[in-house]
Amino acid sequence: MKTAGIDIGSITAKAAVLEDGVILGTRVGFTGYNAGMAGRKVFEELTGELGLEASSIAWIVSTGYGRNSVEFAHKSMTEIICHGAGAHFLDPQVRTVVDVGGQDSKALILDESGKVTDFVMNDKCAAGTGRFLEVMARALEVNLDDFGEISLRSENPAKISSICTVFAESEVISLISRGEQRENIIAGIHDSVASRVYAMAQRLAVKAPIMMTGGVARNIGVVRALEKRFGSPIEVTGHAQVNGAIGAAVLACSLR
Amino acid sequence: MPQTGAEKKRKFRSAKRMREIMTEYYIEAKTADQTGKKVAWITSGGPVEPLIAMDVIPVYPENYGAMIGASHMGSDLCAKAEALGYSTDLCSYARADIACALEDGGPIGGLPKPDMLVCCNNICGTVMKWYEIQARLFDVPLFIFDTPFCHVDFAGEARRYVRTQIDEYIGFLEGVCGKKFDIDRSREVGRLSLKGQRLWQEVLDAAAHRPSPMTAFDAFFFLALIVTLRGTTKVVDFYTELLEEMKERVSQGISAVENERYRLLWDNLPVWYRLKWLSDTFAAHGACLVADTYTTAWCGSMKYIDENNFIDSMAEAYTRIYLNIGVDEMAKTIFEMIDKYEVDGLVMHSNRSCKPYSFGQYDIMRMVQEKKGIPCMMLESHMVDERSFSESQALTRIDAFMEVISQRGPRAGIAR
Ligand code: SF4
Repeated sequence: MKTAGIDIGSITAKAAVLEDGVILGTRVGFTGYNAGMAGRKVFEELTGELGLEASSIAWIVSTGYGRNSVEFAHKSMTEIICHGAGAHFLDPQVRTVVDVGGQDSKALILDESGKVTDFVMNDKCAAGTGRFLEVMARALEVNLDDFGEISLRSENPAKISSICTVFAESEVISLISRGEQRENIIAGIHDSVASRVYAMAQRLAVKAPIMMTGGVARNIGVVRALEKRFGSPIEVTGHAQVNGAIGAAVLACSLR
Repeated sequence: MPQTGAEKKRKFRSAKRMREIMTEYYIEAKTADQTGKKVAWITSGGPVEPLIAMDVIPVYPENYGAMIGASHMGSDLCAKAEALGYSTDLCSYARADIACALEDGGPIGGLPKPDMLVCCNNICGTVMKWYEIQARLFDVPLFIFDTPFCHVDFAGEARRYVRTQIDEYIGFLEGVCGKKFDIDRSREVGRLSLKGQRLWQEVLDAAAHRPSPMTAFDAFFFLALIVTLRGTTKVVDFYTELLEEMKERVSQGISAVENERYRLLWDNLPVWYRLKWLSDTFAAHGACLVADTYTTAWCGSMKYIDENNFIDSMAEAYTRIYLNIGVDEMAKTIFEMIDKYEVDGLVMHSNRSCKPYSFGQYDIMRMVQEKKGIPCMMLESHMVDERSFSESQALTRIDAFMEVISQRGPRAGIAR
């Protein structure tokens, strides 16, 4: 049986197709202003790429902020449950999932069966999310995809003390004008994101192994900074960004 | 859309009577200058019984704040107060009330002008400054009833200190009203107050029944009377009727939420401008918020009241209210409620406006998870200022919380 998961985030739309416990394919596109259309587009592109008829997909679950705009989905579920299911599917040992996406971050605790037993989400603030990094990349005129690599060269991370994205941006600008090295500033930015996410996760009874998911998990600098905070290695799979969509496809199996 | 029979049944017939009483009350207060009665503004947790005994009409800026929130006027009024220089971090009841007083605006054309102010700091420290501002503005006398924080017990010094203030309070009222305090009348008022509180507790207790005949959202509505008019026969009569209605609903099996599957406990003030949305969102998951710590606060300290000695015992009862006790004590109250109402989860509203209520919530949450093992969620919001509410974020949180609860299934060991 084939199932699909569609995850509509604030910035990107993701799709995954599964068949009997095997990932057939995944795809990422931009959400844009029309979440419903973005969901259809990324789904059609993926099925097209896999050479599948849309009708061959038995069950579809949508998730993410735009989950209720995906009209062709059979059910919508929150990204909390889907990220839990995705992480458990990829590695059943995982007990804590830290997800940092475009406009929110969250942490969740899983039991042995992959059920979410507790979770936290960030409050109404962009600090500690992908949006924060985007704003900083713009201020530094650096491609966000290069952030991770550049920050690893830092020997002396700068200190960004402001929690507020807007204030942190002006802090970064004053660091630039003071001639602080780019890698140190970027490493400082990663530290700042990590400290926010870590503080939030501390509200839960965090247990290893920890997996990080979401678009920001592709940034090795943030992952390293988080490892330092948690004092434990953090697992990142090649599917980090599409983990929510995979989880949705996993949960879709139980709809039959 | 026409109402279905079931929806009609779910409506409370007492709601109409309640609205009538509140309307009469506000008309009486707003025409006090014509009838020669005095008006006192008083904090929600303040000792109102002496006012009733002196025939003074109590008016509650906080009740008015709730009205402002529910009528979606909060953000505007808060912004006006900010323009006057008040911080966005200041309690939104205070901000809205200050803005209304200066502008003669707000619902029902503003509150009637006070002849005096009575401020009891058993709920927070904000009210002290807030009432000082209003005392300057209206140029009326202010009585501050100071209740020391009560971490665990109410010891000798504190007891004497608060008791002395009751005499000062009575002296203050005699001065402003120009008449003697009638001790017999005050005994009667005390008796009625306690009776009202007992009835209110019984009304809330009805929610322990499965399915629950009422939700916390109903309690938020029916609360207004025990806050504003306790100590009067009106309150006793009304809650007697309401209790009757609860019993009828229980015996007829009327549930507040259709197909109640999950029962939840709410902590903190309501989100006044989102009552319906929240109630519908939870109900869509078959979840009924059966009880809350907020409405319980108006009967939570009646165990300290001595029916035959109201004036003396009121010192303790007013000091040991929910917002004036330590976090461990608060947690204890929550544990008891979890057991009594057999809830499947705890919903905490982290209310940016009310610091004393929101402080300690994460600790309490941890204690609840450890001791009671039920899922908890935190909803960051604001009771009156809509600018701090994000619907999609709130929805995701509630949906995820309900998914976690439904994965566990309804409370074990309970047949349904
Ligand atoms: S801070 Fe809290 S207790 Fe104080 S007036 Fe505001 S809402 Fe009431």
